[in-house]
Amino acid sequence: MAETAVVVKEKAAPIKFGKKEKKLLTDPLNDNNPITVQVLGICSALAVTTGMKNAFVMAIAVIFVCIGSNVITSMLRNVIPSQVRMIVQLVIIATLVTVVELTLKAVSFESYKALSVFIGLIITNCIIMGRLEAFASANRPWESFLDGLGNGVGYGLILLIVAFFRELLGSGSLFGFKIIGATSEYLINTQESWLFGWYANNNLMVLFPSAMFVIGIVIWVHRAWNPSLVDVS
Amino acid sequence: MELVNIFIKSAFIENLALSYFLGMCSYLAVSKTVKTAFGLGLAVIFVLGITMPINWLINTFLLGEGGIFHMDLTFLRLILFIAVIASMVQLVEMVVEKFSPALYNSLGIFLPLITVNCAILGGSLFMVSKEYNFSESVAFGLGGGFGWFLAIIAIAAIREKIRYSAVPPALRGLGMAFILTGLMGMAFMGLMGIDPNAF
Repeated sequence: MAETAVVVKEKAAPIKFGKKEKKLLTDPLNDNNPITVQVLGICSALAVTTGMKNAFVMAIAVIFVCIGSNVITSMLRNVIPSQVRMIVQLVIIATLVTVVELTLKAVSFESYKALSVFIGLIITNCIIMGRLEAFASANRPWESFLDGLGNGVGYGLILLIVAFFRELLGSGSLFGFKIIGATSEYLINTQESWLFGWYANNNLMVLFPSAMFVIGIVIWVHRAWNPSLVDVS
Repeated sequence: MELVNIFIKSAFIENLALSYFLGMCSYLAVSKTVKTAFGLGLAVIFVLGITMPINWLINTFLLGEGGIFHMDLTFLRLILFIAVIASMVQLVEMVVEKFSPALYNSLGIFLPLITVNCAILGGSLFMVSKEYNFSESVAFGLGGGFGWFLAIIAIAAIREKIRYSAVPPALRGLGMAFILTGLMGMAFMGLMGIDPNAF
């Protein structure tokens, strides 16, 4: 049965970076953003955006896994039987996620401890699987690489925007540094910090529903700025 | 009676979609009309109801200390759970494609994406952490699926109605769905607050 697996020979595609390739890279940043337009990867966007630092590490991890799994799937796309493709794709993703997890453990143990559960949950992040299904299983490795990079960056961008507002309004800090609100732990005799000392942290911003509101508003602004995305229905 | 209790608790108080915000991607993307939401909801009930007992068997007899290998293999839990879920979803996909091509086309990419619907994997992990027995895990799976089904039907119905309201153009559709889900989630947080043992 060895002959049944027919590998389609292709012309060695030149690696070029023209208009089409540039579009692949920039589309997911704006017109085809994974979160605000394709609605993929919402769960992790809700979970890790309570702080800028977590969101940043998560964005890097997703960019890496997205590129890696896109390229590997695209190389293997002609030999994977379509009936078991999901299991094969999940094994590829799970392997890359394990690589990320161990790397993070070695490089930055602190953020590994803060993120460990959510790094594992990249396996169930639908951006990765969604791009494999929608793009990488039908396109060449170079295009898939660009697509993975674009989608990972587009995802990370929204993640950072949402985390900015949630951390600033919910904890009064950015990347863990106190920015606004009363800082009684630093200024002993006064309850006011140098900026907006009257601000009391809004605990709702740390909870899940606030992430829905913030993403909803991000979508609103995005579509007001780019009217071609407005739902006509 | 205990099983009915678990069913109701997992469907309403610990609603996977609105209390834990799991499975949000397909929840938001497929809730444009009640009809497609109904199809996806049924598929989720089916997959949750099947994978939960299978994962219970795997967790108890394969991975635990008392299993056939007599050693602690829990580090394989994630990969095995995902493999079971993926094969079940593949099965559902083939059945739906065969018997209802219209539903298959309208669900599109979100049918294979049930595999990575965190509600399914999250449900299995909750089942492990709550130490349910076999019949309880069946009840929990069906209840969780039913709760998710109700949540997606509810938001699809609201979205069908809100189409006739004067929503700002840029907020129409997806943006409104996010804000609606946030409001529904706040309501469900109230339900969780009533029960001190919810967490």
